Amino acid sequence: MRSLLHPAAKPVVFVLCLLPLAALVYGAATDTLGANPAEALIRSLGDWTLRLLCGTLAVTPLRQATGWHALARFRRLLGLFTFFYGVLHLLAYAWFDMGFYLDEIVRDIAKRPFILVGFAALLLMLPLAATSFNRAIKALGATRWQTLHRLVYAVAGLGLLHFFWMRAGKNDQAEVAVYAAVLGALLGWRVLRRLRSRAPKLQRA
Amino acid sequence: MHFLDKNRGYEHPTASDITPRAVYEQRRELLRWMAAGGAGVALAGWAQREAHAQQIARPQKLAALSATRSTLPGSVTMEKPTPYGDVTTYNNFYEFGTDKEDPSRLAGTLKTRPWTVTVEGAVGKPRVWALDDLLKLAPMEERIYRLRCVEGWSMVIPWVGYSLAELIRRSEPTGNAKFVEFHSLADKRQMPGVNSRVLLWPYVEGLRLDEAMHPLSLLAFGLYGEVLPNQNGAPVRLVVPWKYGFKSAKSIVKIRLVEKQPATAWNVSAPQEYGFYSNVNPKVDHPRWSQATERRIGEDGLFQRRRPTTLFNGYEAQVGQLYAGMDLKKFY
Repeated sequence: MRSLLHPAAKPVVFVLCLLPLAALVYGAATDTLGANPAEALIRSLGDWTLRLLCGTLAVTPLRQATGWHALARFRRLLGLFTFFYGVLHLLAYAWFDMGFYLDEIVRDIAKRPFILVGFAALLLMLPLAATSFNRAIKALGATRWQTLHRLVYAVAGLGLLHFFWMRAGKNDQAEVAVYAAVLGALLGWRVLRRLRSRAPKLQRA
Repeated sequence: MHFLDKNRGYEHPTASDITPRAVYEQRRELLRWMAAGGAGVALAGWAQREAHAQQIARPQKLAALSATRSTLPGSVTMEKPTPYGDVTTYNNFYEFGTDKEDPSRLAGTLKTRPWTVTVEGAVGKPRVWALDDLLKLAPMEERIYRLRCVEGWSMVIPWVGYSLAELIRRSEPTGNAKFVEFHSLADKRQMPGVNSRVLLWPYVEGLRLDEAMHPLSLLAFGLYGEVLPNQNGAPVRLVVPWKYGFKSAKSIVKIRLVEKQPATAWNVSAPQEYGFYSNVNPKVDHPRWSQATERRIGEDGLFQRRRPTTLFNGYEAQVGQLYAGMDLKKFY
């Protein structure tokens, strides 16, 4: 897959990642987001955060399964876009639902634990985003950097719980199940590989 | 002819002192609104009284259902009605799917004629009503109600119908009738959502008999001067404006008068979240979110803040006595 190494590949992915936001901004400007545009914006931004998170976590398994090692070039970009959409999701909630009134946001978080969980997921993404540039990797050392970035698994769990909890009253977890299956498969792949890579070592010993 | 004047000890107003009837009535309306606990809301409505005076425009999408404006206290809010397009595309009607847009997309398959409504149970005169007979049972009234969804959004909808009490009275409830149970249609062939296990079908809702007999409890056949669109619960539904929207069963096929509190769809599905009463109450939170505020669909811009929710959705003056002495936190 030499096209993955094409100089235009990264800018193309960058623009692709911006398309959902562009569509939402266009929808808001033209008032075509339905009867409840605020809700549509908040929920869509949340959906895209989860989708990009799945995309980020899919890079490594895909790379290993296909041998297209150039895929790794896109992982940081996708991870940062996950954080970007997560921040927009929070901002949309704080603005359109809460009018940026901090005391009401705090009260809301206390009453709606699912928001606290989502907030925690976003907070955990903060150190990952903050250490996403090359010099941070050098400063931390690759091993410590990698350990820190395992936080993404906690982010995935909390994000999924946030979505599940939000939908809990509706008895309709079909969409949640899809994300759970995808995230489960991506994490499962890693666990399996771990176990398999350990096995030969044991034989050698 | 005025024979009595000030000289004989009577203060008699001159013609210019007498408040014109129209102004007097407007004032009464305002006071009624303030009494309803929604002073701020009423004043907002007051500012829009010119718009209120206008007749609700028919969208001309469905058959007309003419009605006269209701004179029942509290039955005509002065707030601006939510646009017809929003009222008919943003719906919870799980028989057609759980997304808000599903009902308007999928409810075209619902056949609303022929249609019958069975009234049975603890009544002296059980009867299977043909829709046409129900339509003629009492004069159609236009009532503009606020509708508050348990999810935290609200609308203002001009309904067409008459008090449910008209139908119940004709059925002659016996002394055993304490509650009223409403069953919605649950036909898998017409309603794709019924194939899912989101709720137990058919959708059942219920009211205490005195709630059902309250004149504000509306048996609705139309909105915006036309018959109900399928997604809004055609051909006949309930509207109980002081309760969360899900209490108002749609596409009703059966009404049972019973002695015991009915097991209702949402109460069975998630009893800790949805009680039997489900009166709109800003002080009783949903376990997962606050009910203190709401978002008015269609009226507020994207950047408009949520508005405060009022007790009994602002109908406290009319229905408050139904719950005198009741702990509304316990009976949520």
